[in-house]
Amino acid sequence: MADAHRRRVAAGWLAMAVGAAAVAACGGDADGTPTLTWYINPDNGGQATLASQCSDASGGAFRISTQILPNEADAQREQLVRRLAAKDSSIDLMSLDPPFVAEFANAGYLRPITEDADVAAFTDGVLDAPLETATWDGELVAPPFWANTQLLWYRRSVAEAAGVDPTADTFTWEQLIAAAEGDGKRVGVQGRRYEGYMVWINALVSSAGGTIIDDPAAGADARPAIDAPAGQAAARVVSRLARSSAAPADLATAGEEEARSTFQGPDGAFMVNWPYVYAAAQESVASGAIPQSTFDDIGWARYPRVEADRPSAPPLGGINLAIGNFTEHPQEALAALRCLLSVEAGVQYMVESGNPAARAAVYDDPAVREAYPMAELIRDSIASAAPRPITPYYGDVSQSVQRSWHPARDVDPQRTPADSASFMSKVLAGKRLL
Amino acid sequence: MNLTTVRSRARLAGGTHSATSAAPAARTDRSRHERRLGLLLAAPSFVVMVAVTAYPLLYAVVLSLYRYRLTDPAGKEFIGLENYVTVLRDPIWWADVATTAIITLVSVAVELVLGFAFAWVMYKVLRGRSLVRTGILIPYGIVTVVSAFVWRYAFQLDSGFVNQWFGLAEFNWFGGRWSSLFVITLSEIWKTTPFISLLLLAGLVQVPGELLEAATVDGATARQRLQKVILPNMKAAIMVALLFRTLDAWRIFDNPYVMTGGANNTETLSFLAYRQNVSLVNLGAGSAVSVLLFLTVVLIAFVFIKGFRTDLGQMKGQR
Repeated sequence: MADAHRRRVAAGWLAMAVGAAAVAACGGDADGTPTLTWYINPDNGGQATLASQCSDASGGAFRISTQILPNEADAQREQLVRRLAAKDSSIDLMSLDPPFVAEFANAGYLRPITEDADVAAFTDGVLDAPLETATWDGELVAPPFWANTQLLWYRRSVAEAAGVDPTADTFTWEQLIAAAEGDGKRVGVQGRRYEGYMVWINALVSSAGGTIIDDPAAGADARPAIDAPAGQAAARVVSRLARSSAAPADLATAGEEEARSTFQGPDGAFMVNWPYVYAAAQESVASGAIPQSTFDDIGWARYPRVEADRPSAPPLGGINLAIGNFTEHPQEALAALRCLLSVEAGVQYMVESGNPAARAAVYDDPAVREAYPMAELIRDSIASAAPRPITPYYGDVSQSVQRSWHPARDVDPQRTPADSASFMSKVLAGKRLL
Repeated sequence: MNLTTVRSRARLAGGTHSATSAAPAARTDRSRHERRLGLLLAAPSFVVMVAVTAYPLLYAVVLSLYRYRLTDPAGKEFIGLENYVTVLRDPIWWADVATTAIITLVSVAVELVLGFAFAWVMYKVLRGRSLVRTGILIPYGIVTVVSAFVWRYAFQLDSGFVNQWFGLAEFNWFGGRWSSLFVITLSEIWKTTPFISLLLLAGLVQVPGELLEAATVDGATARQRLQKVILPNMKAAIMVALLFRTLDAWRIFDNPYVMTGGANNTETLSFLAYRQNVSLVNLGAGSAVSVLLFLTVVLIAFVFIKGFRTDLGQMKGQR
């Protein structure tokens, strides 16, 4: 009896020891090939495919396994920050949303890329705007993997009925809202209190020739610049739309998908959104949610202007790749980047996953041209896009803007930019909660 | 027999109860041994509890005295109570206190009444008793996040059926403060009324049948029986139910997180603590918020226990 008990206890300890050994062995395979862990944002499997292709191409030098981060950009950041703050060596590579690069780099979470040959390989031919988000303190820390931008999507029938040409160089938000109002139609934008709303506001402020903060690299000492004519012009657009009959009923809670649903619906007229909506509309046709005629009615143009005489500054999105600073395999991680960031990988990823490339050359590829009739427009839009403020305190800046500007119908062009500027200064100085 | 005798009987019942609990004063060797064994058996879990709760609690107090952002370790600086001053002088803290209080008061009040009705049904129903009890308990078995999503989708403009059912056309429930709070509270009530009714049912079955019989024989009306016999005998159960639910509701997080993300002034205190600590990684101010939240919880528990002056020993079911 006592013997049986002792045996059971011993078996328990043995099981624990084996488990611990298995955990410890996670860093590599039995044959000694180091396994790199790449933390990726969810996509349709394109990153996992690239990971296995690059593993094979390495000729046994390394193997890449992927770990999927949460859906929302904020949640992805939360998980990465937690792990990196604890110096997690399992993060060899990560897919990072560009606005978070400065915060991560400033905290010493990213391993800078210093070899001249690598810097050149990762930056040559990359469009300007995404490239801006890739460096911190003069060092390349997170080269762009793919880049994104919003376009103006419109229903050809509505534009025709209203007698406007959204593809015209000088097409403004005012013309857009008036056209939708005249036809009794709606404009899809992102008005929920989340990062997407900040994307809209930042694009409006930048299109009006302003910025949200001055000297963003000064971190907590940066000065808000939103309380200026450009900020007020942006607030005029937001408030004009929110109070107009062209505002969708769910404006205060609308994200990308809600805007798409408005746009594809019977009241849809205009929408600002990422290019994924084009493939998504094709899927809607395939599933029978919308008729082919609705899909054929969809047109695209560059992001609308705030002022007729100043070119718009479209939003910039995408994903950058970075090497975790606590990795045990820095050389292999660098070699993996060389493979993942190649032009061929960019073409494949754009065609298979629908995410636009950061390198200009990709857009000249016939496969890309075929899948994206608006490829050239996307490239030009990315090239002239305005990144969100590049600051280690981006979270504070973005959330204080979102909080002051939400809901859109309460935005007052005289008051709101000033309120958000003073709130932001207090938040950055630690005198207000956010 | 009149109502006075019923009461004296009740006192008698209480008397017996205290006599039994006083009995073990003269302990035998056996009971002392059992007691030591009990402590010994409880010790490991006690040590674990201290390790997993007391340590983080104390660490939070320490952190709350610093200006400390996880992504800026070099900027860590001791600032004494400044974080507390900042938090307590901030309109966001007080707005969140108000929101939390509104949700707590409304949901607990409604749940108590509904929960009692459900407890009564579960107590009285004769046929299909297990079916009724299971039916009532189902919402409580659903994960809160899942129930929050279900309610959100039901009220959402593009996918929800609520507006269609009630002919509300384009009313955006999550576009304004009060309509958002309405949905949040409604979902909270739907989800946790079963819990409160379960606790009240436990109290209801403890009401001695002979007291009720005696009261009926004496000609007490249903209302009198409820007020003079049932409720006083359920006092401990009601207190436990109220205390648990109030503390639960006070820490509400899932519903506002899923439904509004805290927009439209629907942020609660737990949500504020989460945002400071987890999303802004502002550990100093975040810990101060957490410590203050903890103090409000202690205060609520204290008020309840003092206010009810109830001997929780009655809940041991020794009657």
